[in-house]
Amino acid sequence: MADTIKIKIDGKEIITSKGKTILEAATDNGVFIPTLCHFPGVPPKGSCRVCTVKVNNRFMTSCSTPAADGMNISNNHEEIVDYRKSIVELLFVSGNHFCPACEKSGNCELQALAYRLGMLVPRFPFSFPKKAVDASSPKIIKEQNRCILCKRCIKTIKDKEGKRYFAFSHRGNQLEVILDKQMGNTISDKLAKQAMENCPVGSIIYKGKGFSDPIGKRKYDKKPIGSHIEK
Amino acid sequence: MEKKVIATTSLAGCFGCHMSFLDIDERLLDLIELVEFNKSPIDDIKKFTKPVDIGIIEGGCANSENVEVLRYFRENCKILVSLGECAIMGGLPAMRNGISIDECLEEAYLNGPTVQLNKEKILPNDEEIPMLLDRVVPCHEVVKIDYFLPGCAPRADLIWDALVAIVTGKEMDLPYEVVKFD
Repeated sequence: MADTIKIKIDGKEIITSKGKTILEAATDNGVFIPTLCHFPGVPPKGSCRVCTVKVNNRFMTSCSTPAADGMNISNNHEEIVDYRKSIVELLFVSGNHFCPACEKSGNCELQALAYRLGMLVPRFPFSFPKKAVDASSPKIIKEQNRCILCKRCIKTIKDKEGKRYFAFSHRGNQLEVILDKQMGNTISDKLAKQAMENCPVGSIIYKGKGFSDPIGKRKYDKKPIGSHIEK
Repeated sequence: MEKKVIATTSLAGCFGCHMSFLDIDERLLDLIELVEFNKSPIDDIKKFTKPVDIGIIEGGCANSENVEVLRYFRENCKILVSLGECAIMGGLPAMRNGISIDECLEEAYLNGPTVQLNKEKILPNDEEIPMLLDRVVPCHEVVKIDYFLPGCAPRADLIWDALVAIVTGKEMDLPYEVVKFD
């Protein structure tokens, strides 16, 4: 068939169809490639670089690179794992991630990636940036200390007309994801919960109830992130 | 085998890590066969009386005394271990890092909703009181730290495994369930 292509990930032969990204092909075939800014169902942005793999000896982001016939992909190589770990470490030091005090702890993808990649302490100095908390919406707390600017909330949380609730504000190292004041006042319960769910970290918190799952029963307490994909 | 010597301290911490240490429960009896304690809140020895093999640090550095004690530990211990989130990244005390010292002191001693007795509106100013640092810093940004055990508090099993590994010189496993940041 013309639409079928063969690629190799860490020596494992994978048959997939044309048009799929490397990440999709891997996920379909039980190979876990860690992601952070990517959200299934919306166009990939390739901004966090956590899903970087080596394709025919060149670094590429697997979420945004289409799989092509004959690609030889390296995923769990020591060098790549260390690069991914360094990205996660950079995210930890560039924000204020106080896991013990965070509602999302145990369900947080950034934290789960740090566990999976074996981070005990970031190799970079902590920057402790000065960030604010916006609690003006009746439904949502926007915690800027924890935001990793992945853009997932901007891309996925929209009203019926397609208007976005979240947007970028400022530029450079002042860049922030903010919740629109007016729209934040009228956001529905369902959408607010969805926003918290879609946020990979604890930057969007649904007001009223936190810490509802006890330690030991949260998403990443017992099994590493990605273990549902791996075969 | 000669017993290894252990010292522990709590800097800007809550003693939760020490409590977790005691949570190794009956393994404490095995531990005292392997090690002896020197300077530590557990036996209340205030000053090092001999060279120490393993120094365990709970808490980050929030004031001048924390820095002094940490340096004292570095001088006297062959191996230093950062135990818990506060020692590793500042932890909850570091949540004040975005707030100025003046604001912190004013909130704590003058304007806070629970402040009632400070009628003369005095901010702590005795020279005996350690100076607050402008921000709370993790231990490894002050001295060299050899090993890191994360958690708030670190699981007792993690502490036990790490101590056994250091004392016996064997490589340790880090099972997924015991390495957590909360």
